[in-house]
Amino acid sequence: MRYVAAQTAVEAVELLANEAGISRILSGGTDLLVQLKSQMIAPDLIVDVKHIPGMRDILPHEGGFRIGAAVSGAELGEHKALCAAWPGLAEGFQLIGSTQVQGRATLAGNLCNASPAADTVPCLVAAGAIVRLVGPNGSRDVAAESVIAAPGRTVLTKGEFVESIFLPARPLKSSDAYLRFTPRSEMDIAVVSCAVSVTLAPDGMIVAARVALGAVAPTVLLDSDCVKAIIGTKLEASAMAALAKAASVACNPIDDKRGTIEYRTHVAGVLARRTAQIAFDRAGA
Amino acid sequence: MKNTHIATKVNGDGVEFTCEPDETLLEVLRNRLGLTGTKEGCGTGDCGACSVLVNGRLVCSCLVLAVETQGAEVSTIEGMASGDGLHILQQTFIDHAALQCGICTPGILIAAKALLDKNPSPTDSELRFWLAGNLCRCTGYDKIISAVQAAAAKMRAA
Amino acid sequence: MNYVSKIRKFKQVGTRPARPDGDDKVTGRALYGADTVAPGMLMAAVLRSPHAHAQIVSIDFSAALAHDGVKAVVTGADLVAQDEGSLRDIQENCLATTRVLYDGHAVAAVAALTLKAAQEALKLIKVEYSALPHVIEVDDAMRADAPIVQSGRALENVPEGFSQNVTYHCQFGHGDTDAGFALADEIVTRSFKTAATHQGYIEPHACLAQMTTDGKAELWCCTQGQYNVRDICSALLGLEGSQLRVTASEIGGGFGGKTNVFIEPLALALSHKSGRPVKLVMSRSEVFRATGPTVSSSIDVKIGMTRDGRITAGRAELRYSGGAFPNETVSMGAQSAFAAYDMAAVETLGWNVLTNRPKEAAYRAPGAPMAIYAVESVVDELSQILNLDPIDVRLKNAARKGSKSSYGPTFDDVGLIETLEAAKAHPHYQAPLGPNQGRGLSAGFWFNFGGNTCVSLNVNTDGTISVIEGNPDIGGSRASISLMAAEELGVPYEKIRTIIADTASLGHNDITDGSRVTFSVGLATIKAAQDAIQKMCGRAAQIWGIDADAVTWEDGAAVPAGENAGKFPPLSLAEIAAVSFETGGPIAGHFEVNADGAGVSFGVHLCDAEVDPETGATKILRYTVFQDAGRAVHPSYVEGQMQGGAAQGIGWALNEEYIYGKDGRLQNSGFLDYRIPVASDLPRIDTVILEIPNPGHPYGVRGVGETPIVPPLGAVSNAVSRAIGKRLTQLPMSPPRILQAILKG
Repeated sequence: MRYVAAQTAVEAVELLANEAGISRILSGGTDLLVQLKSQMIAPDLIVDVKHIPGMRDILPHEGGFRIGAAVSGAELGEHKALCAAWPGLAEGFQLIGSTQVQGRATLAGNLCNASPAADTVPCLVAAGAIVRLVGPNGSRDVAAESVIAAPGRTVLTKGEFVESIFLPARPLKSSDAYLRFTPRSEMDIAVVSCAVSVTLAPDGMIVAARVALGAVAPTVLLDSDCVKAIIGTKLEASAMAALAKAASVACNPIDDKRGTIEYRTHVAGVLARRTAQIAFDRAGA
Repeated sequence: MKNTHIATKVNGDGVEFTCEPDETLLEVLRNRLGLTGTKEGCGTGDCGACSVLVNGRLVCSCLVLAVETQGAEVSTIEGMASGDGLHILQQTFIDHAALQCGICTPGILIAAKALLDKNPSPTDSELRFWLAGNLCRCTGYDKIISAVQAAAAKMRAA
Repeated sequence: MNYVSKIRKFKQVGTRPARPDGDDKVTGRALYGADTVAPGMLMAAVLRSPHAHAQIVSIDFSAALAHDGVKAVVTGADLVAQDEGSLRDIQENCLATTRVLYDGHAVAAVAALTLKAAQEALKLIKVEYSALPHVIEVDDAMRADAPIVQSGRALENVPEGFSQNVTYHCQFGHGDTDAGFALADEIVTRSFKTAATHQGYIEPHACLAQMTTDGKAELWCCTQGQYNVRDICSALLGLEGSQLRVTASEIGGGFGGKTNVFIEPLALALSHKSGRPVKLVMSRSEVFRATGPTVSSSIDVKIGMTRDGRITAGRAELRYSGGAFPNETVSMGAQSAFAAYDMAAVETLGWNVLTNRPKEAAYRAPGAPMAIYAVESVVDELSQILNLDPIDVRLKNAARKGSKSSYGPTFDDVGLIETLEAAKAHPHYQAPLGPNQGRGLSAGFWFNFGGNTCVSLNVNTDGTISVIEGNPDIGGSRASISLMAAEELGVPYEKIRTIIADTASLGHNDITDGSRVTFSVGLATIKAAQDAIQKMCGRAAQIWGIDADAVTWEDGAAVPAGENAGKFPPLSLAEIAAVSFETGGPIAGHFEVNADGAGVSFGVHLCDAEVDPETGATKILRYTVFQDAGRAVHPSYVEGQMQGGAAQGIGWALNEEYIYGKDGRLQNSGFLDYRIPVASDLPRIDTVILEIPNPGHPYGVRGVGETPIVPPLGAVSNAVSRAIGKRLTQLPMSPPRILQAILKG
């Protein structure tokens, strides 16, 4: 195995594109090192992208934020403006693992590891985040919800890696929220998760929403029926009931050591309601 | 695998070592540098016994490749006391019986110090959530919380 | 035997000085199992079965041995074959010979220049397995048609007609339970299931072995009992016990799980074969798969109660499985199940059943937590049905001095009533509860043990004291031992240094288990101090020119026994020590004993829990532990045991379990999915120490370490059951189970 700390994006792309064997990106390493130690993977090349200029920056951009792919969860958490604009996303990455894991883990890494239960992915999807990839053919932007193809697989082609993630400008009266269910208060992989982003009209009615469900399907679900249930409402009881039902119907979970189909389906509905309420209250505040 | 030469700083001292690219910082600290105060409880980032600071950031050393520390600054438990005296946190842990077997203690001290350096007045809840990544099986965490809060009060007064 | 002391008023016992190993542990200096090295050291790795049950057809390790850097490979053939019995089981568990009996069962080990080389070599060992049917659940394994884990292991008293997996049967009780049930106004019958759990110590097993060509060996390992390790390893390696010196490292948690031997014989065998020191450290996954979790259980309980809360009869049948090797842990369960109650009629039956799981080990009070969980759940349910205060029900039926216990002996002074009354009077019991909240309580009990113990106590010429004992310190015992030595001698705590000897430096000491150390080592220390005192009085008598009988000891000094003895100013310990070379030589005291007289320790736990009715998530809001310590030598460490045991019990009740797939393989062999409580899961754990002295110890000490894990299972289950208004009967009470109970009408 070889380790190279790429100094530029071009160098990284060349290394990845020209590698005949298995290559992996090292950002925070919180998934990669675990997979290495358990011998799940045996890469020939590891490309550390943390030294590439810009990869560790959070920059305001077009009213939103462009987050370098090597920014750690802890650094994100210390960025007051970003957390104020996206409290749900902040909740998402502050729930990954522990304080120590957040000291290393990155949004890009969490996304590209493509676990069905990843904490930041529902938030990025609900936020309408755009992922900028850079590769042998230049840059391209991909919507967050289109990055993951299947558990453990992304749409990135050979030589490509994530350079940054863009969070768009927020209209007035917008906010988001993230909730997940875990047996313990911390440290667990999500059994079910939900991220909701809403925008309210001046009168407080929901005019735009994105609802993403995690850990209940092979990939994150961006569900339009959930959105239909709450658009044009103020989350009255009937809207909430419809939302919960839509969330449960949308689920396609598995039975595993972390949860059963029955349990996940039920709790998805509960979390959808609760998450929507928090996002709604934040947006109206 | 080809050995790499790394020059880094550990507890303020310049240190050089060679290691393979897939060796973790934890392995290098313990096996190459003889710094066994940092412990391996799980090797997968789930227990926090291997907690250290890298460039001032609290991390699990089992989740850092040693080669990543080129030019970095690493802080371990061995660097917490200064010369002839224990750090306030270390002393209050003893005073409050906040350790039983002691295996989690280095990791918890490193993590607690990282919190107090950032937030000198945490609530009990903030402290518990900050330490959620440091497993302790002996104490039920109760005296640990008391000790850290007592140390925080002393550090604020100092 | 009565061990007495003159001390009536304690000056140091009961205080909270700093522990002697504190500095070392907060600075990272303390050396644990994996923290030492030796010149020329090799690293070892272990090959383990991926099958739950299989015949080993062949093992070919030639390619592994030829691999770059590999210096030795061992298999089961390299351990000395033991006669049938418990040593044979340990030997087979360390390295399988003909069959693998659980997922993770060791079949071979490699020592190489680097750990990486050893791990690569494991992949080159060719093991041919022939898979056999496996059985995992205890009730399945009892059936006559169950796959047989081992045959011919049943003890004589196991009746005909059961599967060969049923290896042990026991029965306890007295009185006529049928007649008792006939007297009851209300009877509840319930069945309970508990999963296997693991002690969860944060330090994986680790050792460093050196076996040289002259038949001597050195072993450094984290263990709760270095003498036990010596005895087992010398048998398995064909060594004389005296030639194997075992040194116990500092230990990163044990709780009963490090009372056994897993990797040490392998490291010694590899060292023997390679001629070099060998270090072997288990990975976290290996710890879960291949050390000693608790038994899993299936328990039926029937209790009858009168309208005013008097228990008329109780019956329990306990079916335990401790994995693939026979054990008798169910006997502890059967004995302890009703121990908190003064029963006119009680009957407990126990069965041990083999399953294709790892060989169980003790986890604080082995066998008791699940048995008492079941009984306390039924007592709580009866209290609810009869609308009686649950503490009053316990008080009405509590075991007390003179009660014939459910397991035979008659109790002497015991502190159950005092702990119940303390719980009732505590503000926790009166605090109001909100919606979705419930309060549960449970009594709990552990026998506590004495055992073989040696202590040497040396009086240094500078007036300081060296106490040499042989029990690894798993909870702060060195501080307590030093306190007792200081108290008895009448010198300050700071003058005492207590160390833990290796097996060559002191006579045999039983394992640190059974909550025996503060009791047995404490009393041996007190007696050793008395021995030294007697010798120092003799020296004083010599110095004064009077009879030894005329000298007594007071406040750390020799004084004339009375007016007639003469007018001499007191000679302090330091003064006597300073001239010891001139009065006959170095001064020491010692004591060797197989101690009895350990006192049982009762505890009561109060737990408030809140359940989210939509998800089944449980939050522990408040928790208070009441326990009788007899005499709390170092109250901080007694509190520590109470809090630590409570936390483990909470984890056991809510989230911890061994999860097996249909293939019989363990699915959650890591801290991610074997979920022990984290700091944010727990509230403050308040403690109330009661002291009803144990007449069997000079200072009244009772062991305290194990009792605290017993009540939490029942306390948490009772709290959750009351919070949701449904009785739960399976542990862990994970959120899906709780939600299912809530939603089922």
